[in-house]
Amino acid sequence: MKSSSWAAKAGWLLFKDLKSEFRTRYALNAIFMFGLTTLTVVSFSVGGISSNTRITSSLFWLVIFFSSMSGLAQVFVKEEESKTVNVLKLSASSGTVLVGKLLFNLVLLLILELVIVPLFIIWMNLSILNIWLFLSVLLLGSLGLACATTITAAIISKSHVKGALFAVLSFPILLPLLIVGIDGTRKSLEGVDFSAGFADLRLLISYVVVMLVASILLFDFVWNE
Amino acid sequence: MISLETQNLGKWFGKRKVFEGINLSLREKSSLVITGRNGSGKTTLLKILCGLIRPSRGEVTIKQDGKILILEKSRNHIGLVMPDLELYGELTAWENLNYLGRIRGLITGKEDLKEMIAGVGLKDREDDLVSSFSSGMKQRLKYAFARLHQPEILLLDEPSANLDEEGISVVEKIVTEQKERGILILATNQREDLKYADEIIQLGR
Repeated sequence: MKSSSWAAKAGWLLFKDLKSEFRTRYALNAIFMFGLTTLTVVSFSVGGISSNTRITSSLFWLVIFFSSMSGLAQVFVKEEESKTVNVLKLSASSGTVLVGKLLFNLVLLLILELVIVPLFIIWMNLSILNIWLFLSVLLLGSLGLACATTITAAIISKSHVKGALFAVLSFPILLPLLIVGIDGTRKSLEGVDFSAGFADLRLLISYVVVMLVASILLFDFVWNE
Repeated sequence: MISLETQNLGKWFGKRKVFEGINLSLREKSSLVITGRNGSGKTTLLKILCGLIRPSRGEVTIKQDGKILILEKSRNHIGLVMPDLELYGELTAWENLNYLGRIRGLITGKEDLKEMIAGVGLKDREDDLVSSFSSGMKQRLKYAFARLHQPEILLLDEPSANLDEEGISVVEKIVTEQKERGILILATNQREDLKYADEIIQLGR
């Protein structure tokens, strides 16, 4: 019996969660159903009509926001509901749990986007003029979303009204991210130069750093209380 | 050399006092049996001892070779079996032990894990999903989980719950082994479990 590194432990937690998720589809079903439903409603109502890039990018982040609200809280809620949370507490350090769960939420979000984003582009008849800016905003926005939802999910997992509380707590935390994400996406649709969109990318990076630091500082207390 | 001490431990849920003034001092090769009526706080005390919940008053100190261990380090020396501790139903018995061991930082070979699972009487069931197990089989697997990292301190809550005669003899073997190598703390209402006690405390008197 040997001991493995801290990163390996977080990697194994991610692997365990992915295996559990693909067997139960506890969160995947929720985020895909919500994502596809929102996307269908949006594309039927304004698809092909709206050429306003600000509205289109707002709708794009709206779809991602609602989909993530429906599924990303499950990362801790499932552990509480199936009473496996104590097994995890006894087995892993709080740092391992935070990183493992954050990576899991990020992977879920990226899987969702892999399906939702191409569909959104096709159904909304979208032409992205600066694809690198679009992808950078999407990736950093997803990372910020995963960071914020992971710590919020940990906070609400012990409450009785998890779903409502998750949305209520997440919205003010995610508002700055959504505003910057929408602006960055708009710029990518309008085809502005990458350097012109750099201000948004810098804000997104700052958001991710702030959320990561806040999560590291808060999580041990949230997890062990 | 591991030791576990509590100083004036107390727990309240709101205004309701569960217990107070618990002072324990346990060294290696010793055992403690906690008894008391339902709701007297046996499970709560075990949860406090392994750091799953915080006491309202007092503290728990776990020392290794005289050095105080912080909460997360001390968990590497504690094994716990209790009714409200569930393993992952969607994973097999082997996957549960493998992943939970890996997350803890242990790299244990498949054969060793299979041996551990067989050791609690679940031979040839390592590739079955835990959700397909009976409550007795789940209880047996909890013993394999609790002993995965060979803890010096073993906490057992209602140790023979849901177990048949064969399961009870597995538990007796584990308890005897643990008494010889570390600290054993048992919360029970079964009179026959009192035979394991070097020391007994009764809660809720």
